[in-house]
Amino acid sequence: MTETTAFYELNVNGSRREVRDSWIGESLLYVLRERLGLMGSKGACEQGECGSCTVMLDGDAVCSCLVLSASAVGSEILTVEGLAPNGEPSDVQRAFVDQGAVQCGFCTPGLIVAVHHLLDNNPDPTMIEVKEALSGNICRCTGYGRIFAAVETVVAVRKGARS
Amino acid sequence: MKNATSTTNRSTGRNVLGTSALRPDGVAKTQGNFAFSSDFQAENMLWGATLRSPHPHARVVSIDPTEAWKIAGVEAIIFADDVPGKATYGLIASDQPVFARDVVRYMGEPVAAVAADHPETCRRALAAIKVVYEQLPVLSDMDAAIDPSTPAIHPDGNVIRHQRIVSGDPNIVGDVVVEGTYEIGMQDQAFLGLEAALAYPDPGGAGVELVVATQWLHEDRKQIADCLGLSPEKVRLVLGGVGGAFGAREDISLQVHTCLLALRTGRPVKVQYSREESFFGHVHRHPGRIHLRHHADRSGKLVKVEGWMKLDGGAYASTSAAVLINGITHLQGPYACDNAVLDAWATRTNNPPCGAMRGFGVVQACFAHEGQMDRLAEALGMSPVDIRLVNAMKTGDKLFTGQVVDSVAPVARCIRETADIPLPPEPSRVTGSLELPGGSGRTSDPGHIRRGVGWGVSIKNLMYSEGFDDSAEAKCTLADGVATLKFATAEVGQGFVVLAQQIARTVLGVDTVILDTIDTQIGSAGSTSASRQTWMSGGAVDGACRLVRERLFEHVAHLHNLDPLQLVIEGTEIVDTLGPLRVAVADASTGLRIEQTFLHRHRATEELDENGQGNCHVAFAFVAHRAVVDVDTDLGLVKVVQIATAQDVGQVLNPMALLGQIEGGIAQGLGLAVMEEIVVDDGIVRNPSFTDYLLPTALDAPDVVAIPIEEYEPLAPLGAKGVGEPPCISVTPAIVAAIRNATGRAIMRTPVRPQDICLAD
Repeated sequence: MTETTAFYELNVNGSRREVRDSWIGESLLYVLRERLGLMGSKGACEQGECGSCTVMLDGDAVCSCLVLSASAVGSEILTVEGLAPNGEPSDVQRAFVDQGAVQCGFCTPGLIVAVHHLLDNNPDPTMIEVKEALSGNICRCTGYGRIFAAVETVVAVRKGARS
Repeated sequence: MKNATSTTNRSTGRNVLGTSALRPDGVAKTQGNFAFSSDFQAENMLWGATLRSPHPHARVVSIDPTEAWKIAGVEAIIFADDVPGKATYGLIASDQPVFARDVVRYMGEPVAAVAADHPETCRRALAAIKVVYEQLPVLSDMDAAIDPSTPAIHPDGNVIRHQRIVSGDPNIVGDVVVEGTYEIGMQDQAFLGLEAALAYPDPGGAGVELVVATQWLHEDRKQIADCLGLSPEKVRLVLGGVGGAFGAREDISLQVHTCLLALRTGRPVKVQYSREESFFGHVHRHPGRIHLRHHADRSGKLVKVEGWMKLDGGAYASTSAAVLINGITHLQGPYACDNAVLDAWATRTNNPPCGAMRGFGVVQACFAHEGQMDRLAEALGMSPVDIRLVNAMKTGDKLFTGQVVDSVAPVARCIRETADIPLPPEPSRVTGSLELPGGSGRTSDPGHIRRGVGWGVSIKNLMYSEGFDDSAEAKCTLADGVATLKFATAEVGQGFVVLAQQIARTVLGVDTVILDTIDTQIGSAGSTSASRQTWMSGGAVDGACRLVRERLFEHVAHLHNLDPLQLVIEGTEIVDTLGPLRVAVADASTGLRIEQTFLHRHRATEELDENGQGNCHVAFAFVAHRAVVDVDTDLGLVKVVQIATAQDVGQVLNPMALLGQIEGGIAQGLGLAVMEEIVVDDGIVRNPSFTDYLLPTALDAPDVVAIPIEEYEPLAPLGAKGVGEPPCISVTPAIVAAIRNATGRAIMRTPVRPQDICLAD
């Protein structure tokens, strides 16, 4: 590409990351994946319908395919890679594996971010609240049953830890 | 290559067959570092993209790439003339062009491809290629395709296949006769992981390596090599992580294009479809029209089934011929019946090509036969359960193809155990509840909600049919207490990777099982489809592990002067059944390296004759579904409240993975029942996006109560039947029956749309 490219910095998972020679029209999803090598966020619809690309932007769960990368300058971006920075799975990640919530796994990173976001904001959700919170994340393999089981497990364990 | 987690995994623990062993790729998938085919990158890589026809049927008058070449960063533009080998490909008939040359036959047919430095450059280059089309009359109707006076839209003609079944006494008449015409919409597999591949050219273009998400590496390789004009060994395929498949990755999509671009530019090329392109880039579930007339005696026993089935294959054959045979041979359902007169056609039209999707022709058949069973029940004053129990197939019954069902066939048990599952609580009467139809809480008037209950029961063939020479190969290596397995079995999410480890742990008494890269460096495993890999690749892994165990026993027996036949595996030890010897497998195999390869085949099948007679299928599985729905009759919205199911599964090998297949299949069947349809209007696809093609979300997911009917299947190498397809088959007619029950409307098509509930006559 010969047209205008940009140089800017993004704050991703607590680190400042330089983005060089980026076409100004690139989405946050594209930049995370193709320029910063953070392949955990997945693209599956490019229109904010499936949630596979969910990241947290200043604490809000957003579809990174709908965010212009250059507009995320100055925001704190948390991707799935930032949830378990030392490699040890988070409680949500562990529960997804243990409860059979992972099949093909393409929707999984987005769902992991969405579940963390839900439980950060609502530590004791009802099942219908769980369903509504996750209704922006499409899973084609599991039918959602094991995902609900994973969320229930995390809620119960965290509750036990608090009491 | 980025990382190896997609293909090489370690897992330890005594997670043998029968346990809910955890997937070896699970943690990586939750952390985002499992490499899907879209996650691979290479130095000096280009992006590729495909130019597709906007018209369903047109003559290609001219193609002019001049303006596209002027765009900086464009490295290659290729057309039909640039295909060095065979110009066409196809799973059964090679009838689909790599690129259209003179004529396009469906909306989205590839015309050209480009390689460039950035996806945006590719997009602009495609827009700059000038193609002049002369539109031709669109053939979009199945009856017109069958009419011999309609001009052929393809040299192979407009009927891809016709099959007839005439069985028993074609003239017999029952005491009660019911008939109906059923319609099934076009469903998309809608896997989440979009088509993606990365091709690495060999120096000088002598060969190519392709990392791709597919269901069948070796079949892809054969078709790719033919089109590239290379011998198969010059084309090496590696399975990139597969983000779901459900049948849509059985056919070639971007494979040949990606390789051609890489060979043309001498650089690695990555192609990744958008969601819109994905809708055009892979085959769908066949839409169909089925007319059935069921005859029964006064007790409800089936006397005869007659009628016809039409499935639209769209522009190219794909697997239509096989889907059609699956469809027609399952029109009797899981019910004993001696007499039949049936015709079935798979048509060629200018609609999107259709092929494999979970259920493979049986979904369509089941929607019709289950509608008929309810009509019979009503005509006879019987309950939906009783009419099905009266006719339930048993082991030893004959299909109307003449084939005797010698699989375990617990149909009546599936129905009874499903019926025993408690019904859910009454619908919510709380205004604003998200549990109400519509899921938004602000639309439905709770006072107008009607509840309905419906049934669906099905039979599904397992594995490939009609004499296909089906096999799967696997290699097992045991060294220093660690087993390594090698196979070409496509892991698409179903969990073969964990099953393979469970088999090795069980047979060999090892804890650590390493899975080698899934690629074409070993013989074919066949396709991950047709509910066949547990049986086929499971049988191959089991066979290879058993051969290794024999060698290990011989070694230990020789050292201790014993007969190897005295030795068995208990846990992680080799035990002498006639003496005191106990030795850990890890110790016994220290310093050894035993390697064995096993080729598993299922028993032979045969083609059908002109009257549809023959032992064309390998084995069968059965399932019952009961659906409970709440219907908002004002707005035509449906909430599927509960699905109760009992499924014939043979031996349970991994209860958690089994439940995942059942729940996931039910969600897909729910989609076909109430929301999923590719709307095609005279060849034009109207909704190629996730905004307009609706998929079940977490709020749409029903409560699933599932009972595995566990009866060891003696025909199967592990006693286990394939479990992937049955869950999605009869759940659709069960839900539609429940909507009929709630509304009193006939509802002859699926998916059921709001207007079918609110505005029907």
